[in-house]
Amino acid sequence: MLVLNRRELLKHTVGAAALGSAGFSGAVGALAADTIELPFGNGERALVKYPQKRPLIQMTTRPPQLETPFPVFSEGVITPNDAFFVRYHLADIPLRIDPDTFRIEVKGKVTSALSLSLQDIKTSFEPVEIVAVNQCSGNSRGFFEPRVAGGQLGNGAMGNARWKGVPLKAVLDKAGVLAGAKQVTFNGLDGPVVPETPDFVKALDIDHARDGEVMIAYAMNGADLPHLNGYPVRLVVPGYYGTYWLKHLNEITVIDAIYDGFWMKSAYRIPDNACACTPPGQAPVSTAPINRFNVRSFITSMQNGATVKANADTLVKGIAFDGGYGITDVLLSTDGGKTWTGTELGQNLGKYSFREWQAAIRLPPGTHDLSVRAINPVGQSQPLEPLWNPAGYMRNVVETLRIRAT
Amino acid sequence: MKITSTAAFLALLLPGIASLAGAEPLTYDLPEETAVLKPGPGLDAAQSNCVACHSADYIAMQPPKRGKAFWDGEVTKMIKTYGAPIAEADAKTIAEYLAQTY
Repeated sequence: MLVLNRRELLKHTVGAAALGSAGFSGAVGALAADTIELPFGNGERALVKYPQKRPLIQMTTRPPQLETPFPVFSEGVITPNDAFFVRYHLADIPLRIDPDTFRIEVKGKVTSALSLSLQDIKTSFEPVEIVAVNQCSGNSRGFFEPRVAGGQLGNGAMGNARWKGVPLKAVLDKAGVLAGAKQVTFNGLDGPVVPETPDFVKALDIDHARDGEVMIAYAMNGADLPHLNGYPVRLVVPGYYGTYWLKHLNEITVIDAIYDGFWMKSAYRIPDNACACTPPGQAPVSTAPINRFNVRSFITSMQNGATVKANADTLVKGIAFDGGYGITDVLLSTDGGKTWTGTELGQNLGKYSFREWQAAIRLPPGTHDLSVRAINPVGQSQPLEPLWNPAGYMRNVVETLRIRAT
Repeated sequence: MKITSTAAFLALLLPGIASLAGAEPLTYDLPEETAVLKPGPGLDAAQSNCVACHSADYIAMQPPKRGKAFWDGEVTKMIKTYGAPIAEADAKTIAEYLAQTY
């Protein structure tokens, strides 16, 4: 099913004591080759090589959590599969999956329950493709001040891929959703270590689940999903935070109530106000389930502390995205946000994709603060000062790099 | 894992044939876990409770020196929210260990 090139394969197998019957062996590649320092306290991380992945930033070993090194985003608008971030909640993750016996159960408030094989998914429905960003709710949490508990991520828990699969709507229509359905819940093959830990189950409102865009994806950038990104199928919820993008999806249940499981009712909640924020250190009065991405933009062609040639044209490039309205403008400032000028947007791959941008700048000798700010058609943008919330979600402050022109 | 059959092995080595291995379940071998808890008073209690459900690096990456209230909150979360079966005395020891050591 999954095909590696010969060199990649040999790297994983030769010298390894372990070899999967038809899979990937990572014992040899797992050696921590290097470390990097994320720019916040306790930010030292090992770069580790997992099977099917290039060296990525190790957050946790069990469950596996890997962050994409930021320079990857300068390689192109699509994030390669081998560099795509990995986030699990519970440590009992599936390590052996048989694509021939794998089934997705569709059940609950439906006319006829379904048990779909991977082959059924691939052949019984019209496939669709969409380019969409997946971003962790807690992307950039390490930059929160005051600091908060949780995965201490830099800016690399995001990625943009071309997903291929079938619309969830088509599958639900085949099962026949009964009147009175309110939500659809999603479960995957991964589970908790102790039975008392709530299983990772998420829910979408029935109208959202049937919007035609939410997808059961079996391919990513023209290949099978990498194992750690949800092989053989995952949910793709364009414009929504990654918490809804269930990996190893094998259970779809239509319900006639609002799902009250832990991962919807208690976790992944944001302050229920316009900014999804509270004064630093304060708890929100009321909360709502996290939902659409806010607007973000990044400079990718240079990093903080870079040096450029003074009084010469320098091309600055980057990416921007939002929760699915599409990016209309990306503005760049070379004076730390006092004045802004427009940039040229790159190819439009759809409203859920990263949008590339670029601008030529010319700087006198000295130190300069380079800031980037994106705007979408409904007037959403990015705050100049960071917003705060207790869970460390949805950071989207205007990003600034301090560079030197010499 | 051991090599289960010559056919599977050959399929692995020849990319063009790898798809024929579709009949075989796909396995994924995770790298060996190397992260360990830092030494300190209370290590034993942490060792026999915390790392049952997650690796030690989950603790090590948290913001540094956040103090007792922060770690009390985390230990309580593990027990109340995630159902970790930790005895009350152990919970106190673990929170103190974490506050002092991390």
